[in-house]
Parts: sequence; C-alpha cells; structure tokens
Amino acid sequence: MRKNLNVIAAYSIMMVLILMVGIFQSWNIALSIFNLCLISAVMTMGANIQWGYAGLINFGIMGYTALGGLAAVLISVDPVQEAWRAGGFDILMSLWLIVVMVLVIRFILKRFEKSKIRTYSIAAIIISGILLIRFSAEPGIEAIEAVDPAKTGFLGGFGLPIIFSWIVGALFAGGLAFIVGKVALGLRADYLAIATLLISEIVIAIIKHEDWLTRGVKNVIGLKRPAPYEVDLQTTDWFIKLVEKFNAGKLSVIENLADRQAALNQLVIEGSSVFVKLCYSGLFLVVVIILLILTQKALYSPWGRMMRAIRDNEEAANAMGKNVVKQHLLIFILGSAIVGIAGAMLVTQDGLFTPGSYRPMRYTFLIWVMVIVGGSGNNFGAILGGFVVWFLWIEAAPISLFLINFFTAGIPETNALKAHLIESVPYFRFLLMGLGLLFIMRYRPKGILPEKIEIK
Amino acid sequence: MDFVNAIILLLNYIFIPALTYGSQLALGAIFVTLIYGILRFANFATGDMMSFGTMATILFTWYFQSLGVSLGVLPTALLAIPFGIIFMIFYMLLIDKFVFKYYRNQKSPPVQFAMVSIGVMFVTQAVVRIIIGPGDRRFFDGEKFIIKAREFKEMTGLNEGLALKSTQVITIFVTIVLVSLLFWFLNRTKTGKSMKAYSDNEDLALLSGIDPKKIVLVTWVIAGILATIGGALYGLDKSFKPFTYFNNMLPIFAAAIVGGIGNPFGAFLGGYVIAFSEILLTYAYKKFFMYVLPESMEPNSLVQLLSTDYKFAVSFSILVIVLIYRPSGIFKGKVL
Repeated sequence: MRKNLNVIAAYSIMMVLILMVGIFQSWNIALSIFNLCLISAVMTMGANIQWGYAGLINFGIMGYTALGGLAAVLISVDPVQEAWRAGGFDILMSLWLIVVMVLVIRFILKRFEKSKIRTYSIAAIIISGILLIRFSAEPGIEAIEAVDPAKTGFLGGFGLPIIFSWIVGALFAGGLAFIVGKVALGLRADYLAIATLLISEIVIAIIKHEDWLTRGVKNVIGLKRPAPYEVDLQTTDWFIKLVEKFNAGKLSVIENLADRQAALNQLVIEGSSVFVKLCYSGLFLVVVIILLILTQKALYSPWGRMMRAIRDNEEAANAMGKNVVKQHLLIFILGSAIVGIAGAMLVTQDGLFTPGSYRPMRYTFLIWVMVIVGGSGNNFGAILGGFVVWFLWIEAAPISLFLINFFTAGIPETNALKAHLIESVPYFRFLLMGLGLLFIMRYRPKGILPEKIEIK
Repeated sequence: MDFVNAIILLLNYIFIPALTYGSQLALGAIFVTLIYGILRFANFATGDMMSFGTMATILFTWYFQSLGVSLGVLPTALLAIPFGIIFMIFYMLLIDKFVFKYYRNQKSPPVQFAMVSIGVMFVTQAVVRIIIGPGDRRFFDGEKFIIKAREFKEMTGLNEGLALKSTQVITIFVTIVLVSLLFWFLNRTKTGKSMKAYSDNEDLALLSGIDPKKIVLVTWVIAGILATIGGALYGLDKSFKPFTYFNNMLPIFAAAIVGGIGNPFGAFLGGYVIAFSEILLTYAYKKFFMYVLPESMEPNSLVQLLSTDYKFAVSFSILVIVLIYRPSGIFKGKVL
C-alpha cells in the first residue's frame, strides 16, 4: 500500500480537479473532459507499450487514430445500395487487381535471387499496376461519387452496431502497423520517428482524398450511437422521474406548479446530456480497465521482462536467443492496435468523422507529451499523463485568461497589449505544453510516475 | 511553333515553380542537415523556427513601411531580413543555452534531443501565434511581375504565356548567392573546415584543439541565417501562416534525408529532387500532349499521374523508398 501512495495521491488529485470543474463550471464540461481523458489514456497506453516497453519511437499515432475512426464509419454506416450498384463492381475489380499484384510480387521475391533485374521488374510491376488500377477504378469512383453527393457519394459501410468498430479499428491499425513495421523498423530511432510521421501523413492524405471510401473532407456525420439519444431520453418517463428524484430538494422549493414544471424541463434537458456522457464514460472506463489489466499482466510476464531486456540491450538480448526483429514487429503492431481502438472510440463519441481534423500536433505530438509527462514504461503513469495533459490542454485557456487578467489588473481594458494578450489566449496551451514537456524532461526525465520494476 | 509552345508551357507551370519551391526547401534542408551533422539531432522545431524568423522579418517590414522606407520595385522585406536574422539568431542561442546545452553536456542520446526539440516546437509555435496570430499574412510589396503572361504573348506571338514573378527571381537569385557563400565558408575557411571535422569525428576534432563552443555558436548563426531567409522567401512567394510553416517541416525533412543527412550539398540537391518530383508527378499533361502530338492522338483524360491532393504524399513516398533502399541518402550522408 505504501509504495503505491504516490499513484493513489496523483489520481486523487486528478479526480478532485475534474470534480472541481464539475462544481464550478458545469457537469457537462467535466464529463466531456473526463471522456476525452479516458480516450487519451487508451492512446497513451498504446504509445507507452511501444516506447516504454520496447523503446520504439512511433510518431505515426495520428495515422492509426484516423484508421480507427475510418473503421467506425465503415462498420456503422448503412451500405449505400445505389453506389454499390453504380461502381461496386469496378472497386471490387481493383481490389482484386491489388491482391494479384501483391501475390505476383511475393512470388517473384520468393522465386528469384536478389538482383538488379528483380528490383527493376518489381518496380515496373508496381508502377504499371498503379496506373492500371487508376484507369480501371476511375469510372467506378466517378459513378460512386456522383450518387447523391450532398448526402452520400460513397460506398457506405456494413450497417453493424458501432461498438464492433473498436475491434475492427484495432485490426485496421494493426494491419497498417504490420506493413510499416516490416518496412521501417530496421531504421535508427530518429529516422524511424521521421518515417512514421511521414507515413501517417500519407495515410491522412489518402483518407482525405479517397471520397468513394471515406467521403473525404465532406465528413461523415450522424453516426450510430451505442448510447441513447438525448431527444428520446427527454420524453422517456423513467428518466424524467429519475431527474425529479435527484433534484427533489431543489424542485420542492418552487411553489408555483407551472414554474416547477419549467424548471423540471430544464433539468431534464441538462440531465439527458449528462446521462448520455455518463453512458460513454462507462463504456470507455471498461475499455481502459481491461487494457490496463492486460498491459500490467504483460509487463510482469516473462514476455514483458524479455521486452525490457531487448529495450535496454538489444545485442545482449539477441545473443540470448531472443528474436529482436520479430518482437519489435509484434509490439509495434500491439501498440498501434490499441491506438486504433482509441481512434474508433473517439469517432464513436463525437458521432462524426472529420478527416480534416487529423493534425499531427493534436494526435501525435500531444500524445507523446502525455507519455513523457506521465512516465514512460509505467502504465499508471501513462494513463495519468493522458489525464493531466488533456485536462491542461482544455483548461489552459481559462487558466491563462485568469492569469493575464490577474497580472494586468491595473491596466485599463483598452490597453492594446492587454487586448492582444486576451485575444491570443487559445495559444497559451501550446506554451504550457511546451514548457511542461521541457521542465519534465529536464528535472524529472522519468515522468511524474516513473517506471518501477519489481522483481518478485 | 507548337513545340515551342509546349516548352513554354512546361517552363511556366513546372520548371520555374519547382525551381522556386525547391530553393525554399533547399535552404530549410541545409538548416536541418547542419543541425543534424554538428549538434547531432533531428530538429522537430525546424518549421516553427523558420516561422519565427519570418515573423521577425514581417514585424520589421511593417516598421519600415510605417516609416515610409522602401526599396522601390523590390519588396521592403529584403531590407528587413538582416534584422530578422539577428532576432532569429538571438532566439536560437537563447534556446540553446537554456535547453539544448544541458543535454549536450549530458551526452544524451539523439532520441532525447528529438523529444526536447518537440518541446521547443510547442513553445516556438505558441510564441509566434501569440505575437503575430495564426492568420494569413502577406507582406509583399513592390513590383509583382517581371514579365506578365499577356505581355509575353504579345512580345513573342506565342499561344502560351510565360509569367515571371519577381519573388521567383529573387528566391532563386538569393538562394544561389547564399548557398555559394555557405559552401565557400564550409570548404575554404578554417572555421568551416573545423565544423566539418567536428561533424565527422567529434573526439578527434576536440583533440586537435577545436573549440566546441565556437562550433556550436557558428552552427546556430548559420542556422539562423538559413532559417530566416528560407522562411522569408517562402512567405514572400506564397504567404505567411504559422500552420503552413509547421507542415513544411515534413518535405524539408524529406529533402534533407533524400540528399543524405549531414551532407549540406546533398540537402541542397534534395530540395530540388523533392520539389520537382512533387510537381512533375501531379501535373496534368493534357495541354502539353495537345501541342506535341498530332491531333488524332490527343488524349481525352488529364494525363495526370496523381491528383494534386497527393502532392505531399509524393515527397513522403520518395523519402520512404529512399529510407528503405538507400538509408544514407542519394548523395551519401552519414551512415545510419
């Protein structure tokens, strides 16, 4: 118990902060911060598995998040029958061509010795294949995008409950990580960082511009929900009764019957959105707890010990007969798959998929700040990092507004400098993140909750 | 005649824009490569440092404009660049003193440096946005065109016009002068040679009495010059927006690595490799073929290899291919 004191203390402080937001700002804001903290925590767990367990640097988190989001769209949206009739055949043919191309390349790689001719012929196959696919898919893509472009213009998905997408998102992200890992994992750390960053940009470019699959920058809105809708809740009897019960004290003060009914209606509207957010919190909490148990088990298993050995001394681990390349690939896939789950969760919560919003600042670098600040190698630390950093990211603007007003209290409102500072309040969050990262790196390089290895 | 038209078409839409864009990338890539070769880390704050230098230049440009100082047909920004450079160097040295120096003395691994540079990236981004805001800023003044497309058509009687913007000429001219000076400095002067020695083998350089403090100082000074000029030229040619500068970091990295990281000349050429491949692969050649081929063979489609949406993706794919097959870059830089 005593050795976990700092963990308990850190989490209690975090919870108190979120409760304070609930009391002083509103429960709606507090819960939306809490939900995104949970999603961030899942992302940091993924990044932490790669960086903390194995020392692999992955700056492509944004790409896996977006793939998770794509999974949410492809699973939950109803198929657009008309689009399938218009261009489905062409798309399937192109997919078939891609499969054939991959098989041919694999065959050549297996069958022939490494030589210049082999390299050139593979390059020729890839280039001609891409051209062929482009020309064969072109009419299909155009036909699909012409189907009611204001509403659909894409193939749609499978029309399944959106919750399944959390698993499929993990599979998508893991699949991409398999390809990326095969290609890039041999690189030295900082090259790996750059390569993964650029690959994630390529993924985003594809998601943004292949409208037939993702609707691109036109966004997909109104996704299905695993939670009830606010509008339905507001007309449900048991929910209104519940709200009445909760606020019985407040309502009984109001004498006038009409006024009481109006107040109750207001409370029901507020309560419905809090209730929906609570449903999401429950779902996300389940995911976080399951992942936490699994990752903790893995960390203290023989496999976890092997990963740490590989991280700390690759050559020695290799000499002991551990397959470093294979284990690196495995952990790269596992970590990315977890990030994929988070991506799907994020889109589930928002109810919309906006490819334009995936930017490396928010989805790659911020997650890295979370991992480093929280404590790499320690799952509790990584989750805490997700909470602390997301909380600051959201609350930085009000905090800095307060500070600016406090320090310039003597200066009149019309002062140009003060007005300028107040106008640029949203950008203080970058400053706060940067300074936080720099201070932690300098004075507490292992993070708030450092890695602790217990030998049992 | 059709053939000349086709050549002018390519010059106007491919060659000159690619040369300009390539020059801007090249300056940034040399900046990345110098930091990597001498201070030994991948600087993720590259794009934002360039935007800081550009911001300083813009502020001085506005100041000069308010004083009524101008260079006539040339943009006032050229006058402001030297002051912007001083500000940039000052900022870089400040960051080095408070951030990077500690890790250099600790002999931290490159990954840690990269993480720290992400912290610097966040801070610089905040500083730029707080001072000048996140919006689009144009600070170009003076004569916009040297040759206008319409004038060119009237002069030569061709169907295709060739427009030559003054920013394009300035960019290419300044780049040539700056890069020649830089290579003269690196290859001919004693300080430049000691920088090369330090980059090749740190211990040996220290043994032969090279002062590491001086090397670091000179590196940041050169970096400041390159970052400010590269950023200001990009801003003059297109426009200044902090977010675009952050994004430009990616093709700049690509150029530096394609050229062989740690090798300034490679980085210089890498900038053009990236710029030309981006534009060549995403240009629609329909009009070109209409001029060159006989009428019966005219293409129906746009004859575009990739849509322009994939401009960035092209340079990244080139980089990924280079990283896999030739990790030391086309022009042999530091071996991984």
